[in-house]
Amino acid sequence: MNLHEYQAKEVFAGFGIPIVAGKVATTAEEAATLARELGGTVVVKAQVHAGGRGKAGGVKLAADPDEARQHAEAILALTIKGIPVRKVLVVPAAEIAKEYYLGVTLDRGAKRAVIIASAAGGVDIEEVAAQTPEKIHRFHLPGPTGFRAYQARAVALKIEPKPEVALKMARVLQKLVEVYWASDASLVEINPLVLTPGGEVVALDAKMVVDDNALFRQPRLAAFREDESELAAAARTMGLSFVPLKGNVGCVVNGAGLAMATMDLIKHYGGEPANFLDIGGSSNPEKVTTAMRIVMADPDVKAVLFNIFGGITRCDDVAKGILTALEELNVNVPVVVRLTGTNEDIAQRLLSQAKGVESAETMDAAVKAALAHAAGRRG
Amino acid sequence: MSILIDQDTKVIVQGITGRDGSFHTQSMLEYGTQVVAGVTPGRGGATANGVPVFDSVAEARAATGAGTSVIYVPAPFAADAVYEAVDAGIKFVVCITEGVPVNDMIEVYAAVERSSSRLLGPNCPGLISPGKAKVGILPGPIHKEGPVGVVSRSGTLTYQVVDYLTRADIGQSTCVGIGGDPIIGTNFLDCLEAFEADPETKAVVLIGEIGGTDEQEAARFIKSSMKTPVVGFIAGRTAPPGKRMGHAGAIISGGGGTAGEKTEALNEVGVPVAKIPSEIPDLVARALRG
Repeated sequence: MNLHEYQAKEVFAGFGIPIVAGKVATTAEEAATLARELGGTVVVKAQVHAGGRGKAGGVKLAADPDEARQHAEAILALTIKGIPVRKVLVVPAAEIAKEYYLGVTLDRGAKRAVIIASAAGGVDIEEVAAQTPEKIHRFHLPGPTGFRAYQARAVALKIEPKPEVALKMARVLQKLVEVYWASDASLVEINPLVLTPGGEVVALDAKMVVDDNALFRQPRLAAFREDESELAAAARTMGLSFVPLKGNVGCVVNGAGLAMATMDLIKHYGGEPANFLDIGGSSNPEKVTTAMRIVMADPDVKAVLFNIFGGITRCDDVAKGILTALEELNVNVPVVVRLTGTNEDIAQRLLSQAKGVESAETMDAAVKAALAHAAGRRG
Repeated sequence: MSILIDQDTKVIVQGITGRDGSFHTQSMLEYGTQVVAGVTPGRGGATANGVPVFDSVAEARAATGAGTSVIYVPAPFAADAVYEAVDAGIKFVVCITEGVPVNDMIEVYAAVERSSSRLLGPNCPGLISPGKAKVGILPGPIHKEGPVGVVSRSGTLTYQVVDYLTRADIGQSTCVGIGGDPIIGTNFLDCLEAFEADPETKAVVLIGEIGGTDEQEAARFIKSSMKTPVVGFIAGRTAPPGKRMGHAGAIISGGGGTAGEKTEALNEVGVPVAKIPSEIPDLVARALRG
């Protein structure tokens, strides 16, 4: 789960990391009022779960409340990487002497968390890593405990030669590592961490990604959740993994690997999947009905494809879910169903009388049939 | 032969009285697996699915001599269940549980590394040596004894591939689902090494997916250390970057972990990669002919 900058800053501040605090506005008028309260030059920053805000025009400097209003209006009208901006953060502009990068993330290869530090702050860190890898310093953490103050100082001294500044930075780094473990984060990042002309070290930005699997023990962070839509919320509540895409073949599959392979097969035969949707391991009929509702809410969907390989998932439960969906929802597109495995015979009997439902024996046949329907080649 | 488990493997089920644990214990017993004990704290002395239940893994192991355990406990308790099994001296721990926090796994992984135990999973379907034993949740009837090893990061996609193989009359020595999480115990390399050492495994199917670089490492291992032919498949060619595709590990990040990179790495070491799952049996048949 991604946190907004203002949410991550709240968490960081709670651990004693110096931040530039601001306030959130949802309208241009509110942004102007906040700018007036803060006085002086402010920065208006889009709060949206997408990277590259700056490049997309989502971060603007405003000299006065009027300018803050204009910028907020423009930013709140933006859609960044497909996600509409609904909030802006208004913060006082900081004076910057130097910029750095500090982050902690999971290194899958090493099976450990790793600190990433660079004197090249304020720019895209992945670009820095690709073009000037010598500017990136890494330090693998032993585990949730055991990161020593002297190690933090050694990391800081790699990106800042002045000891008095490096000491302040080392304290920020230790706190950032604390945030990482205490919050079950998979990423915490300050970009940029700045040195002010007055010699203070301050986090100007904050980014945080929390492990979804750990939210059960992070109630305060879980409360920050904002679903992108009512459908995304429904999917989450029912334990479905749902990612909307741009095509016209709706997909309902059990298992992430099979769901990806189904999308790939649709593309292989010249079609476009409308979504990734994994109903997971169990086969509660209600899950299936919710899945159908989510898929049918996309007006581009011209055919729905069920690809179920029953193991723990019982095919008859899936069939029951499909029948309920057909009764309760206005399903006005053809449905192609491929059910194989546990209780498939019962499932076939249940579905044999259903209108607008076509059975297919194999994954390939099902995908081809769904594509034909989507292209209008079958009645 | 087979790898990791066979007809002599004695298994303890951790979480045997839970819904999933109970259901799959029955299914494992029906397949012929020697499930000799179950563990549920507070339920020691009871019997579940005809199997004696103990309060701890240490007691279950002392009473039965089992060297393998399979974990069905809910995610918040999964890490503890692995520690308990490792500390009790269980040599092969299979963790089926889905949704284990990654930070728990960082510590679990380090603890398993320090021990002499092997961990499979978490978030995996387990493994099966057809005709001998299954440990986990894989559907038994789709499998068939034979010469092909299967190793995969996925569950149902593996069933799909195994189904294609069995229908093409190509049997399997052992099928291992290593799991879709970012940090897992047994990985592709471990399985490839074991298949290479197994004289009766004549070909291997490796089913990967987007995210991480495990498939690229597998490719390097195949080049340096394997004579047994390998056939590949990578799921997620059409997945958009930055989105988690169900599995916590299946995310393309920072321009890394794409299906294209993985396919290329495998092709470079002479591993044919099927474009679609139904091509796999033909590629395997060709590999078996040599």
